[in-house]
Amino acid sequence: MAGLAAAFGSGAMTNSFKEIEDTECIFVIGSNTTVAHPLVATRIYKAKAKGAKLIVVDPRKIHLASFADIYVQHRLGTDVALINGIMHVIYKEGWYNKKFIDERTENFEALVEVIDKYPPSLASRITGVAEEDIIKIARYYATSETSSILYCMGVTQHATGVDNVKSLANLAMLCGHVGRPSTGVNPLRGQNNVQGACDMGGLPNVYPGYQAVNVPSNREKFEKAWGVTLSPNVGLTVVEMTNAALEGKLKALIIMGENPLVSDPDVHHVEEALRALELLAVIDIFPTPTTDLAHVVLPGVSFAEKDGTFTNSERRVQRVRKAIEPIGEARVEWAIFQDLATRLGYHMSYSSSEDVFKELTALTPSYAGISYERLDKSPEGLIWPCPTPDHPGTPILHRGQFARGKGLFHAVEYRGPAEVPDDEYPFWLTTGRVYVHYHTGTMTRRSFHLVRELNEPYVEISPEDALRLGIENGEMVRLESRRGYIITKAFVTDSVKEGLLFMPFHFAEAAANRLTASTALDPIAKIPELKVCAVKLSKLEPQTTVAA
Amino acid sequence: MDYRVIPTICTYCGCGCGVGLEVVDGRVVRTLPIRTNPVNEGKLCIKGWNVHEFIHHPARLKKPLLKHGGQLEPVSWEDAFDYLARELSRIKETYGSDSIGFLVSAKCTNEDNYVAQKFARVVIGTNNVDHCARL
Repeated sequence: MAGLAAAFGSGAMTNSFKEIEDTECIFVIGSNTTVAHPLVATRIYKAKAKGAKLIVVDPRKIHLASFADIYVQHRLGTDVALINGIMHVIYKEGWYNKKFIDERTENFEALVEVIDKYPPSLASRITGVAEEDIIKIARYYATSETSSILYCMGVTQHATGVDNVKSLANLAMLCGHVGRPSTGVNPLRGQNNVQGACDMGGLPNVYPGYQAVNVPSNREKFEKAWGVTLSPNVGLTVVEMTNAALEGKLKALIIMGENPLVSDPDVHHVEEALRALELLAVIDIFPTPTTDLAHVVLPGVSFAEKDGTFTNSERRVQRVRKAIEPIGEARVEWAIFQDLATRLGYHMSYSSSEDVFKELTALTPSYAGISYERLDKSPEGLIWPCPTPDHPGTPILHRGQFARGKGLFHAVEYRGPAEVPDDEYPFWLTTGRVYVHYHTGTMTRRSFHLVRELNEPYVEISPEDALRLGIENGEMVRLESRRGYIITKAFVTDSVKEGLLFMPFHFAEAAANRLTASTALDPIAKIPELKVCAVKLSKLEPQTTVAA
Repeated sequence: MDYRVIPTICTYCGCGCGVGLEVVDGRVVRTLPIRTNPVNEGKLCIKGWNVHEFIHHPARLKKPLLKHGGQLEPVSWEDAFDYLARELSRIKETYGSDSIGFLVSAKCTNEDNYVAQKFARVVIGTNNVDHCARL
């Protein structure tokens, strides 16, 4: 998000899902779309059926790779080098969009200076991708009338996550593939309402609507609306909170519907941090490894028991409707905070979720024209920015001009991942999702049909490595990193290359995040490098006790 | 028998597919895809088709729990709120507002997130608010 916001002035998907169907060239990087966003993947298939070219870049041979016109497996964490190499070719061949660059962007000279240093020969050496493939990707992407970039956590969950995104923004601007239908730079958001949680100011540096907390006029606006004095200090991010808890600076943590003890990097470290707190309060719908550590647990409600709105990945605000009464004594989350606020001397008196929505739209310019009444009338929802009650919504961002005015090119140099394999930890490990499970499995692992499909952790190992180490498919193996170890089942498959391992992160009993590192953070977005770490792999000796 | 279909949005991924929850006598029994929703146009993935299955799972948390002698034990909302309000006030007074942090949720509604971050900023007085957008 930070990378796109810096380049374009907004961190959200630039275009809508439906437009993908009419794209001439689709560039998918770091997104296992069929697994993580199946209904976006259907648009890719539709586009393919209409003759679109599909480029897939992923260290794993994901399902989409088999449909791709060109598929490359780059080395983990080498995205910037690859994209710089692609841009080098586009520039040298004259396939770039000079008119767009002149009229709509700034800082182009700095980009040229950097990409000049990345001829395909060098990019190929760094990434492991053949030179002719780099040239072919450059040609497909640049010379198509409409090209769209789709990416996900495979791009962002790196110590260079922001750099990776800035590079993709550079590529799109270089070719003028932004601000038109079926183009753009499109981050697919992982969770149903991650876009909304960001929009609502669920971030340490902004109020709702991305209004920065350290800009005095914003602070005054919210102080007036809320009737209190607000802190001018930017707050801590998730990983910074964990570190602050260990340093004894953070004493209490209130968690609403999250499970950091499975989802966060280096879970040993997270557990230590949560145990160090004087107060850990968790609101959730199920017991999780995180609620186990809490001093107080409050039962929240599922999506079926509440009214409200979710904002999807394409910025579409849609109505969530209450289907049943809360289970047991569970309460709607906003009402829990309302009651607690009133007890602590700040009176809140929302009578319904619509009441809350009216207040938030009055303070959030991009939502100002949205109301429950409008959402109930149309089955389509409304795509923000929607500034006035008669505004139809904005599926395509940056038409005519970027949210920040001119699009900003960033000169991005390649930096390798923070942790790379060595003699002691010779394998690369990356993580991701499987098609039937979701995040930490709190819900999907309590769903009969999904559990029946798949309910145990595993690690993908290449046939070459399996043969060399004498590991049979289905055998138990031990994986160890500098943070800890786990024992899990081997799945021998050619979807990973020699030297690379993959693990789904849904399973607490062999949590991939026992192995990942929390120390390597992107310097701007503070994203941990969840997608790359170095591990060693060994066959489990029969006498070893299973104690992961 | 009371039967109704409630149109809403799937709670799993960032696609945001329209689903109809079939409710029989207060129990969600099945999920249907909504044809007029522009995201899924009548289709769903395997997670979506089964999104109702966890709702009535017996492991659902049904009462507030308070840790007592190392064990989480059921308590009333009154007791849970009393404890929380007391502890939050004590920690805020002793260590300051920035000693308290909040993780809001990419699973909850906009309304939940709005009120949660407002609580952090207004009632506690801190901008220590984040969620798993980075994860």
